[in-house]
Amino acid sequence: MDIIIKFLVAAVGAGTPLLFGTVGEILTEKTGHLNLGVEGMMSIGACIGFMVGYYTDNFFLALLFAAIAGACSALIYAVLTVTFMANQNVTGLTLTIFGIGFANFIGIFVLNKSPEGTLKLPERITAAMRGIHIPGLSDIPVIGELLFSYSPFVYIGIIIAVICAYYLNRTKEGLNLKAIGENPGAADAAGIKITKVKYINIILGGAICGIGGVYCSMIINGGVWISDNVGGLGWIAVALVIFANWQPSYAILGSFVFGALRVLKYYIPQSVFPFPIAFYDMLPFLMTALVLVISSMRKSGRINLPAALGLNYFREER
Amino acid sequence: MAQQQKTQYAIECRKITKMFGQVIANDEIDLNVKYGEILALLGENGSGKTTLMNMLSGIYHPDSGQIFIGGREVKINSPVDAMNLGIGMIHQHFKLVEAFRAMDNIVLGTKGKKEKSKTTSEKIKQISETYGLEIEPEKYVSDMSVSEKQTVEILKVLYKGAEILILDEPTAVLTPQETEKLFAILRKMREKGCAIIIITHKLQEVLAISDRVTILRKGKSIETVNTADCDARKLTELMVGRPVSLEIERPQMPETETILKIVDLSVNKPDGSKAIDDISFEIKRGEILGVAGVAGSGQKELCEAIAGLLPSQKGAILFQKENLLGKTPSEIIEKGVSMSFVPEDRLGMGLVASMGMTDNMLLKSYQKGKGPFVNRKPAKDLAEKLIGKLGIVTPGTETPVRLLSGGNVQKVLLGREIEASPTVLITAYPVRGLDINSSYTVYDLLNEQKKKNVAVMYIGEDLDVLLELSDRIMVLCHGRITGIVDARSTTKEEIGMMMTGENNMIDTGKEAL
Repeated sequence: MDIIIKFLVAAVGAGTPLLFGTVGEILTEKTGHLNLGVEGMMSIGACIGFMVGYYTDNFFLALLFAAIAGACSALIYAVLTVTFMANQNVTGLTLTIFGIGFANFIGIFVLNKSPEGTLKLPERITAAMRGIHIPGLSDIPVIGELLFSYSPFVYIGIIIAVICAYYLNRTKEGLNLKAIGENPGAADAAGIKITKVKYINIILGGAICGIGGVYCSMIINGGVWISDNVGGLGWIAVALVIFANWQPSYAILGSFVFGALRVLKYYIPQSVFPFPIAFYDMLPFLMTALVLVISSMRKSGRINLPAALGLNYFREER
Repeated sequence: MAQQQKTQYAIECRKITKMFGQVIANDEIDLNVKYGEILALLGENGSGKTTLMNMLSGIYHPDSGQIFIGGREVKINSPVDAMNLGIGMIHQHFKLVEAFRAMDNIVLGTKGKKEKSKTTSEKIKQISETYGLEIEPEKYVSDMSVSEKQTVEILKVLYKGAEILILDEPTAVLTPQETEKLFAILRKMREKGCAIIIITHKLQEVLAISDRVTILRKGKSIETVNTADCDARKLTELMVGRPVSLEIERPQMPETETILKIVDLSVNKPDGSKAIDDISFEIKRGEILGVAGVAGSGQKELCEAIAGLLPSQKGAILFQKENLLGKTPSEIIEKGVSMSFVPEDRLGMGLVASMGMTDNMLLKSYQKGKGPFVNRKPAKDLAEKLIGKLGIVTPGTETPVRLLSGGNVQKVLLGREIEASPTVLITAYPVRGLDINSSYTVYDLLNEQKKKNVAVMYIGEDLDVLLELSDRIMVLCHGRITGIVDARSTTKEEIGMMMTGENNMIDTGKEAL
């Protein structure tokens, strides 16, 4: 019993960066733009957020700058694809390559200057990121640990996902956004300012991805900077968007399922399943591939895939 | 006098001029519509109708001239401005989000807080009742028929308070019955005081619905006439600028052999749903078989099955007793079965938009060449021959075909198919979006083929044309044949009934000739 609770708690933690990446990408894809640069935006967010945290020792400044860094990297993507109508796939891939390289470059640059030879976050900020403790609530057996024991990141992520779900499904702005992703021509004729809406949502999506990135750099490795700290989570997030059927609420569930896959190796007794560790490392990616295969075979039901996804909109084109 | 008149007009355009580079699209056009009036706008392709309407709906801005709405001079800078002035445009290609419900499409782009679905739904129902529209606000657009979608388009502009409606070829995709229904709605709107501008190529409809007609020719407004004082002949004359014979020739050919026989053919769409359901028919040499049907009744799939592009589930396609099923498209072309399909976007099938005429000619002939190199000379000669013969307007044989106007693109496609001297010519929507003059050129081309003893299958939209051009008419409805009738003796109404599947005489084997 104890180990199951520990496993679930670990799964939620491991799924949180995916949640940010997925929700951010859902917002982006609802504009009809497929941004394959999630990994890159997360890396940039991870790097800038970590460095701000390292030098200022302030958790909220770190979060803020991670979001701004993510937003700036998404801005590059938006300028290229919305304004200049560059190919979305190529732009996104380039952003990923650039983002990872940028993060590692800054990381090594700062690392070489540090006297200890490592970059470890100061104590105050690490304390701010630790699991919360609400007197009373957190002490309830089982439920306390399952619901009220996480890092603030987890709650921020869930709140963002819920807000996005409300935004997409219950507001006029959300309706306008979805219309653009489905049929930009129709949205244009209805008087919606397409370029503006696209920019706002792509940048917002990038900001959310950036926060996901800073989770990777600050939490996963216990506050120590390592290179390539996002490590492919951005790619899983892109696939999770499909798994979540473009619904932020499903993204919460999906990312925790994938989080569980990532931490499975620590909780499966080797004596029962004698697989090599590498197999468990592979599991999330294997599942990602499976999700993509299954979802592409799915025919019935209302798939929320934006109909104009991947197509740049040019008003005068016929 | 002029002062008094001004206030009566819903829209008044004075000396509107619009240039695109050196080309004058609109040259001092005058146009006016009163409230409670339907004005038809008539003109050939490229006469400036769409440009003018785009200026009224805020997409383009006039270089000079004035626009008055309800007597007040206005500047329309964007679609939102137009909407605020009460101008609603209903585009030829629907601007609807398929994945949304009707009501979401209707409220799209409106300002203010989102209302409860129920409130919106009530409002929509109220408007529909006023104008006699039928709609289910909760229905998804993807589940709707073409005419239902059009209703949503109309409601969209009415919901936003439009009193001036502009309809761009609204009947192109409707059956005669649906067209009648649309006209009833438009008449009701006129009663309620709306001003309506309708653009259409079909003269019969102009005469049926409009109060006045404004005719544009080469960017100039030629004349505005009262519909009551007009007939089709006069309108055509005004439009083309010279008398034109409206009769379509229908040469009678001697009875000949059957060349293509379709037996119990069933074809599925790529997504697995049934497109063609167990149909049988035949085409003889020297006849034109017209195919009527609402868009999406299986016409495209039938063409593709005969051309070998789509596998069929059941049945046979017999070409002179030889089954074409299972043969590759190039083997079928080899046999002399030629297809020209003009899709809604006019390109897409048959031509490569970014290649020039020469390269497009080569597409069908390069395999015949010997050796690894392509000989461009014959293709270039052919392209030049077509330019001369069909009067194709193009800067040169190497200009990408997408830069040509719609009519010229269609001539390129049809010309290439005909030059291959086929024995069976399948042509779908060859006059789609063409003006009267170009259309008649196409009809002449088809008749020429018929006289050469070619079997022609003509899939068309305009029933009036089908009735005059074809020898027999086959009607498709939901992938089934609902009738094959003699075009010389049938009526438009009869075909209209078959198009909706309302006739009970599903008699596929009926031989009319």
